[in-house]
Amino acid sequence: MTEARSSVVIEELCKRFDGPDGEPFAAVNGISLTIEPGTLTAFVGPDGAGKTTLMRMMAGLLQPDSGSLHVLGIDLNEDPQAVQNRISYMPQRFGLYEDLSVQENLDLYADLHGVPQDVRQERFARLLHMTDLARFTDRPAGKLSGGMKQKLGLACTLVRVPDLLLLDEPSVGVDPLSRRDLWEIIEQLIEDEGLSVIVSTTYMDEAGRCDHVFVLNRGTLLAEGTPDALRRRAHGLTYMVTPRDGVPARDLQARLIDAPDLVVDAVPAGGQVHFIRQPESDETRLKDLLSDCEPQRREEELEDAFMLLLHQHDAPDEDATTPPPLASQDVAGPAAEHGDGPVIFVRDLVRRFGDFTAVANTSFDVQRGEIFGLLGPNGAGKTTTFRMLCGLLPASSGELQVAGVNLRTARSAARARIGYVAQKFALYSNLSVYENLDFFGGAYGLRGSKRRKRVDEIIQQFDLDPSAQSGNLPLGYKQRLAMAAGLLHEPEILFLDEPTSGIDPLARRAFWRTITALSQAGVTVVVTTHFMEEAEYCDRIAIQDAGRLLAIGTPRQVREESGLDGGHMNEAFIAIVEKARAEEGQAREAA
Amino acid sequence: MNESAFLTRLIALIRKETRQMLRDRSNLLVGLLLPVGLILLFGYGLSFDVKDAPVAVVMESNSAAAREAVSGLEGSRYLLPVRTTSMRDAEKMLRSGRVDAIVRVPIDFAQAQARGDPRIQLILNGIDSTTASSLEAYVNGALGTVALRRMDRGTGAPASTGTVDIQQRIWFNEAGISTWYLVPGLVVLIMTLVGAFLTSLLIAREWERGTLEALFVTPVRPLELVLAKLVPYLVIGLIELTICVVAARVLFEVPIRGSLVAILLTSTAYLIVSLLLGLFISGATRNQFAASQMALLTSFMPAMMLSGFVFDLRNVPLVVEIIGQVVPATHFMGVIKTLFLAGTNWAMVAKSCAIMLGYALLLLFLTWRTVRKTLD
Repeated sequence: MTEARSSVVIEELCKRFDGPDGEPFAAVNGISLTIEPGTLTAFVGPDGAGKTTLMRMMAGLLQPDSGSLHVLGIDLNEDPQAVQNRISYMPQRFGLYEDLSVQENLDLYADLHGVPQDVRQERFARLLHMTDLARFTDRPAGKLSGGMKQKLGLACTLVRVPDLLLLDEPSVGVDPLSRRDLWEIIEQLIEDEGLSVIVSTTYMDEAGRCDHVFVLNRGTLLAEGTPDALRRRAHGLTYMVTPRDGVPARDLQARLIDAPDLVVDAVPAGGQVHFIRQPESDETRLKDLLSDCEPQRREEELEDAFMLLLHQHDAPDEDATTPPPLASQDVAGPAAEHGDGPVIFVRDLVRRFGDFTAVANTSFDVQRGEIFGLLGPNGAGKTTTFRMLCGLLPASSGELQVAGVNLRTARSAARARIGYVAQKFALYSNLSVYENLDFFGGAYGLRGSKRRKRVDEIIQQFDLDPSAQSGNLPLGYKQRLAMAAGLLHEPEILFLDEPTSGIDPLARRAFWRTITALSQAGVTVVVTTHFMEEAEYCDRIAIQDAGRLLAIGTPRQVREESGLDGGHMNEAFIAIVEKARAEEGQAREAA
Repeated sequence: MNESAFLTRLIALIRKETRQMLRDRSNLLVGLLLPVGLILLFGYGLSFDVKDAPVAVVMESNSAAAREAVSGLEGSRYLLPVRTTSMRDAEKMLRSGRVDAIVRVPIDFAQAQARGDPRIQLILNGIDSTTASSLEAYVNGALGTVALRRMDRGTGAPASTGTVDIQQRIWFNEAGISTWYLVPGLVVLIMTLVGAFLTSLLIAREWERGTLEALFVTPVRPLELVLAKLVPYLVIGLIELTICVVAARVLFEVPIRGSLVAILLTSTAYLIVSLLLGLFISGATRNQFAASQMALLTSFMPAMMLSGFVFDLRNVPLVVEIIGQVVPATHFMGVIKTLFLAGTNWAMVAKSCAIMLGYALLLLFLTWRTVRKTLD
């Protein structure tokens, strides 16, 4: 009777969908696994690994094509409702009723789960306290911040104590502070109530908190074990190396990642570069590659093991989902002559929407050829700042110069000198790559043979298939196409809004490799991101919260300012935002 | 199924739907104001009645007999005679639309009358056949009054010796006022609009906003989801019905000869069918925009064109007639007009309600299938 004892028993489970090109693909391809009750279990994998499909099948929302699936000892094929009565499930996009208040959303779910009135009051009080939503019970859910919405979604799934809790990427798109709060709530409930929890995530630090981890990629199970056991797979392969003075860490990282036969993965971290050596790589060639600096061993992390597993799995077929990185010499620099002084000049920038100040008194400069990162939680004012810099939104007050042009007086002149890549894929899905680029070339004012030449050039530079239909491209390639379109008119500055959200880690590496190449060619890059570790690629970063600029400087300076030297950017970020919020709270009390 | 748990969930869902409905101002306004707009538009703006229609009177003969023959046109409140002596002028006026008809008294009218065979020519503008046929009736009537007067005075033989004298009466709508039959039909249109159009957004919106996914993994049953969406909009529909009945009585002075209970009963039955049709479309398309377009095309347009609201279905080609018979509105249109104008015919009410029940069960089943708890 192992089935009655285990929370979940999955055998040879398959689920196929029709792909965008009409070809069926297996989202879950023959997975077998067993999950014990009373544990915190993680499904880890990049986007498209099959995590959500697996979760939905466990919740009885999708019918498997083949294989068997028992949850809490019940066959989901026979009685999905019996499972749904006992589990709680938080989908990736928890659909709160936005026009209902926080309390009304909670009441609805409590009624649906049949939570008795006397239990309810105590439960609500506890959940509201933990989620810090007690002050907002009357507020419509639609008017909460992203992090608060996610916490409310969690509270709604936890109106009663389920026999099994399924959380599908609860922290996706959530700022680091809310992410930390969410995990504190989950861990608290596991401790107090002995919950069995299955959580899917792309964050390794979250997987590291779990009892048992399943690593998924493209519908198959790559590995499973405790975080420690998994971590040891990378044992002896992990190093760190410090670049020579004056060399940005990302340049050294680019050099390492361009040697895939020697190096599995490399990322900039705290001014150094962390890398994983290929298990059978040639020692002397690696030494040659790093002739000018001294690599040191470092302790392996779960992330290292994960990247190793992914590379080993993806290596056999160098397929189309992850674009290969571009080398620096392939990328053309900006056409305009290089001048001196800051290329973006911002003084006392303010943007108000009615009574609400989205951006308050913000000042900073961006130097030519820099990679400048804007970091902040949802609602911090990143996107508003960004839109003002691109001339998409007028400023309420303040001074704003981009590429030497005052944006308040000559917006269209400035626009001709900047490229903008929106967060959502903003090209025409039913046009081919060539047609899209041709159209945008025309939109930027390129004519005739000049346009043809430029489009051909950029297709070659970005290694794109001109006849492919844009909507069918894998995300990594879509991202690349969007970037190519933004660079058609050879702008001096490229603006990228959350370019890496929703693409897998390998594609993210390739993306940043391209950015490094652009920067080496002299293009100024301004980028927003919610992946804190990506700040390490930037020359300088600015941290925003609630419309205010909290910190600005090189990643190292910002880390030092937070008082957490050497820590992860994530922790530095949390420390800075918390300090600022505490100071503001004191100021408000004093006043 | 545990009954009290079912009720708890249903009430919770109804409460949620009602709140959402009340907070979605734009939709609620569409639901409440559009019908009022329709009532005013159709009630005041759409009328097939002819009033003060200009008619060219061509007097080719200026004899006393001729003048007497057309004198009846002068007193009519439906007609406005425009005198002229030349047929050419009259034709010009007809072509340019300044007159709707030509009454021509030929040059030999007096002699012909003496022979007992007087003829007057009536030319109508066929561009608008409804107006044309109304005008024909009015002109005939107006010219006929003269003959009656002559009979009264005893000067001359009865105008139409040897032919059957038709004594015409229109029952139920004695004056043939078009508002009388349009306004009851409006009840059908408004029930359709409130029903299908508003509800067509409901399930699609939940799919678009991703709210169903979390809801599915609770003890909630698909039937509860459908029933909960029905209730608040049923209430809105009944409010609309009240507005319609009051407007019909007070603004347009349409008689309500049937029983109010029968009107309420058949209207509610039709309203439920309409609501379920909207919900089904919503669940089947899962897209608010597509759903609202579909709802308009498959419910409102047929209710207007094919239900017998204006056009008699018996005169259309067989295919169209069959389609018309499939449209639920057709089976409500006849009953509601009868109830307003003729009185209560319980057999008709029962038949209509039975048909609606059949439609309701079918649509409930289909809608239930669209919210089966699966994302496949």
